[in-house]
Amino acid sequence: MDATIATFLIQDGLTNGAIYALLGLAIVLVFAVTRVIFIPQGEFVAYGALTLAILDTGQVPATPKLLLCFGAVAFLLDLWSWRRSFAMRDLVKNIALNLGLPLAIYGAVLYLAPLQLPSFIRALIAVSIIAPMGLYVYRIAYRPLADASVLVLLITSVGVHLAMLGLGLIFFGPEGLRAAPLHDGSFTLGPLLVTAQSVLIYLMTILIMVGLYFFFEKTLLGKALRATAVNRLGAQLVGVRTQLTGSTAFVLAATIAAISGVLLGPITTIYYDTGFLIGLKGFVAAILGGMGSFPITAIAAIGVGMVESFASFFASNYKEIIVFGLIVPVLIWLSLGANHHEED
Amino acid sequence: MTGSLLDLKNIHVSYGHAEVLHGISLSMEPGSIVTVIGANGAGKTTLLNAAMGVVPSTGTILYDGKPVPRSVEARVAAGMCLVPEKRELFGSMSVEDNIELGGFLRTAAERNETRGELYDRFPRLAERRKQLAGTLSGGERQMLALARALMSRPRLLLLDEPSLGLAPKIVADILRIVAELRTTGVSVLLVEQNARAALEIADFGYLVELGEVKRTGPAGELAVDPALMESYLGVG
Ligand SMILES: Nc1ncnc2c1ncn2[C@@H]1O[C@H](COP(=O)(O)OP(=O)(O)OP(=O)(O)O)[C@@H](O)[C@H]1O
Ligand SMILES: [Mg+2]
Repeated sequence: MDATIATFLIQDGLTNGAIYALLGLAIVLVFAVTRVIFIPQGEFVAYGALTLAILDTGQVPATPKLLLCFGAVAFLLDLWSWRRSFAMRDLVKNIALNLGLPLAIYGAVLYLAPLQLPSFIRALIAVSIIAPMGLYVYRIAYRPLADASVLVLLITSVGVHLAMLGLGLIFFGPEGLRAAPLHDGSFTLGPLLVTAQSVLIYLMTILIMVGLYFFFEKTLLGKALRATAVNRLGAQLVGVRTQLTGSTAFVLAATIAAISGVLLGPITTIYYDTGFLIGLKGFVAAILGGMGSFPITAIAAIGVGMVESFASFFASNYKEIIVFGLIVPVLIWLSLGANHHEED
Repeated sequence: MTGSLLDLKNIHVSYGHAEVLHGISLSMEPGSIVTVIGANGAGKTTLLNAAMGVVPSTGTILYDGKPVPRSVEARVAAGMCLVPEKRELFGSMSVEDNIELGGFLRTAAERNETRGELYDRFPRLAERRKQLAGTLSGGERQMLALARALMSRPRLLLLDEPSLGLAPKIVADILRIVAELRTTGVSVLLVEQNARAALEIADFGYLVELGEVKRTGPAGELAVDPALMESYLGVG
């Protein structure tokens, strides 16, 4: 291995690591606020990438229709939950959120898809189709289980993951797609050939992290999410609704996953089931960060990207095993530590 | 009784198979301080938690003459606020953030106004606004819990042992603050170990024993009751 290969591997690891960092942050966020392990995250990534790839061809992707269906189910569930007490004001709000929003997005996509818009706008459209899905998935699958144990929520997550995987196969088919790069250029930096797409990935990752930091440190809603993570009962006692923090966490996570999808779509071919493995690597980073620390998760994700990149060079057959093997020592370490801070 | 702010009728609460409240009824007028006294394990905390919706209960709870909303959060939105026995502060967040979150359902202007008042009332908290809530002393923690609750500008404050573990002087301070709240239109349902001090500031008292109301009466009467004096108020 010479220096050129090494720098190439580092760049590759950094690019993937940045994406894993985003996904790891989303997993930590969702877990801290709702105690849900967000396994379906990978499907949001794949949906984002595939939606963008189809938008690139000027066609209308199936995801807006799927969004309509999700919204309709959420609406019916709300109707059912009101069978005892009913308020007109809630109904109007609900129609707007569960039926109006998906319809508006659907209409906009029908109109905008054939227009050959610039790639950034297409990426934006893809993200705005996928992000609201987080809201409906939370409403349909997780909100009714707000008080369930972590294990029940985990089983639910597996179910949601499988369902979304199946829907992905139905709507996108088994072929892989690759989106057009958001920006075509590239430049050389010393011995390195840096593509504009990878620069975009770094920039987006940093932007999202800074955005999350401001959201959690400076806004009242962000603080309410942290408060829910720290003390659920305390948060309820100050009037923070579990539904509000739960849906916010899921919309944020879905948005992050969709953005990761549109960033990743142009650099690898994405199949309906590719997302899962990508999401798992974010999950590895989240576990390395103890499922609680944003900065450690981000750093660990870069590490995961690096390990993966070098493993694929030295032992490409064992690349996944090596990456997932990273969590074993950490799990042992965490389980040793667990006994000591039981009382609190 | 019309015009009650809070009306609990025949409240039963069970933990698993064990019933700990056996049909408690309690009623309080707007603008009053009502205290619930009783031995350890009598069910005082359980009663407050049931009123707030933190534990499920059967029976009727009327707030402002109407059935109380179902969820804790909706009860907070309706103007109820509980300072729980365990305080439930946000330990890894700053004092400032804890206070800010107390006013989660209020507008920014209301929050600013109330925060100013609270920092005047609890200068100790103002000094420590950047400190993490989990690192506060016991007494400071009580103040923060009370301050966080007041940020929501409640109409009905449910206080579970606000003086728990405090030095006598601070106890007096806290109870004085509670008494002052009445003048601003806040009603208080107060659970206190320190029964004598509680009866001093309260209008009405309930004595709870083993999950049942044993006696009720104007606070002034209970405070001089010889039988009560012996078992709950301590001699002297
Ligand atoms: N989560 C619980 N599970 C089972 N039993 C409980 C639970 N919480 C309270 N109890 C029991 O219910 C009874 C009433 O408890 P509660 O905390 O309401 O008493 P209290 O009057 O507040 O006492 P104290 O003055 O010591 O605070 C006690 O016997 C207690 O052991
Ligand atoms: Mg108690």
